[in-house]
Amino acid sequence: MFDVLSIGESGFGDEILLGAWLTIKLALASLIFGLFLGLTAAAGKLSNSRLARFAANAYTEIIRGVPEMLVVLVVFFGASTILQKAMGWFGYNAYIEVNAFLAGTWALGLVFGAFASEVLRGGFLAVPLGQIEAGIACGMTGWQVFKRIRLPQMWRFALPGLGNLWMVLLKDTSLISVIALDELLRWSKVAAETTKQPFTFYMVAAFIYLFFAILSDMGRYRLEARASRGIRKA
Amino acid sequence: MDFSILIKYGDRFLDGTLISLKLVFLASLVGILIALPAALARVSKRPWLWMPAYGYIYFFRGTPLLIQLFIVYYGLGQFEAIRNSVAWVVLGKAQWCGFIGMTLNTAAYTAEILRGGILGVPHGEVEAARACGMSYALMMQRVVLPRAIRIAWPAYCNEVILLLKGSALVSTIAVWDLMGEARSIFSRTYSLDVFIYAGIIYFLLTFLLTRVFQFSEQRLNRYLMPAGATRG
Repeated sequence: MFDVLSIGESGFGDEILLGAWLTIKLALASLIFGLFLGLTAAAGKLSNSRLARFAANAYTEIIRGVPEMLVVLVVFFGASTILQKAMGWFGYNAYIEVNAFLAGTWALGLVFGAFASEVLRGGFLAVPLGQIEAGIACGMTGWQVFKRIRLPQMWRFALPGLGNLWMVLLKDTSLISVIALDELLRWSKVAAETTKQPFTFYMVAAFIYLFFAILSDMGRYRLEARASRGIRKA
Repeated sequence: MDFSILIKYGDRFLDGTLISLKLVFLASLVGILIALPAALARVSKRPWLWMPAYGYIYFFRGTPLLIQLFIVYYGLGQFEAIRNSVAWVVLGKAQWCGFIGMTLNTAAYTAEILRGGILGVPHGEVEAARACGMSYALMMQRVVLPRAIRIAWPAYCNEVILLLKGSALVSTIAVWDLMGEARSIFSRTYSLDVFIYAGIIYFLLTFLLTRVFQFSEQRLNRYLMPAGATRG
């Protein structure tokens, strides 16, 4: 049963590991893009501009109301449709397929950002108003208050929520196998079909995800401890 | 927007929506039935009770639903003993496998939510129940569970909405739910509008569910409202 998992020509061990590595890269890339989107949307929700508030809220509501898989498919096929049309204007008429890794990053980042914006908004609101006023009283500019007071303290409140979202993101990377990116699940599927041992390979993939989840749990604990240093504990 | 797609494939959208709703409804219902004993086992102090419950909950919460569905639908077929058994009548069918995968998944999340609710019941109430001489079963039935369910309700409502969105994954194991129909229509028409329509339906469903749950939350906590306020 285990020889199919060996490294090299005969087994799928190395392909599975490569897939797992791509899964990590995809999750991290989506995290960065999603955090950027989430911060932007959180800023929009806290802004004085009604238009910015509306746009940020609409973004969150729409993404939260539809399945992640739908977002993945719309981004993947939508991006190639738009690109094809754009290229058509320049006289190129060819079928263009968007890089699955890029489309996956965009889609997962979009989903992550929608949920993260709510978590970050809560974090920003949890920073005591008195400290912000104190910063202004010291003569700091708005950007300095943001950089020195709001951003560092916001993390402490937002980290538990962001940690949960990271776990969701990690599992959602499996969806990208639907658009044929050679990540962990995709390779498991190929291996399962070739060797006719689907149970073996899907269980292996499941335990690799479980391993990532355990690692993330440990990392989360350390990050939260670090963000709360200097806070008195009861 | 291309409305001819909606006219031509409207009945398939409807069929898919009904299948999605059926799966979510049945999976959440059976999920609760599994989650209740799993949560009680999880908070137990006996290792032979909490350890298996912990393992079950950790596995199903730590791995993607997509893989769980693949294991049930494709994976179990690897074993000849299962293929030749009576269970194959059920396990050989995609829709049943989708239902089983979704149920086991949501039951694990629900058990964890319920556990949070049970741990949230004030100690004083549990002690009072013990002091009254209630047995474990009576205490659970009269004091702990009614309180725990009210505490856990908002989180549970979120879980049902996540389950509805997760139900789209059954389309990968050849179930003709809303997403399955949408993908099939898309592969014929190559029009993105198909996904937009499916998205609108999903959005409306989650919106409706949220409203129903908000109402139910008010109703559950009616007794906490000030006298005279009989809304909900």
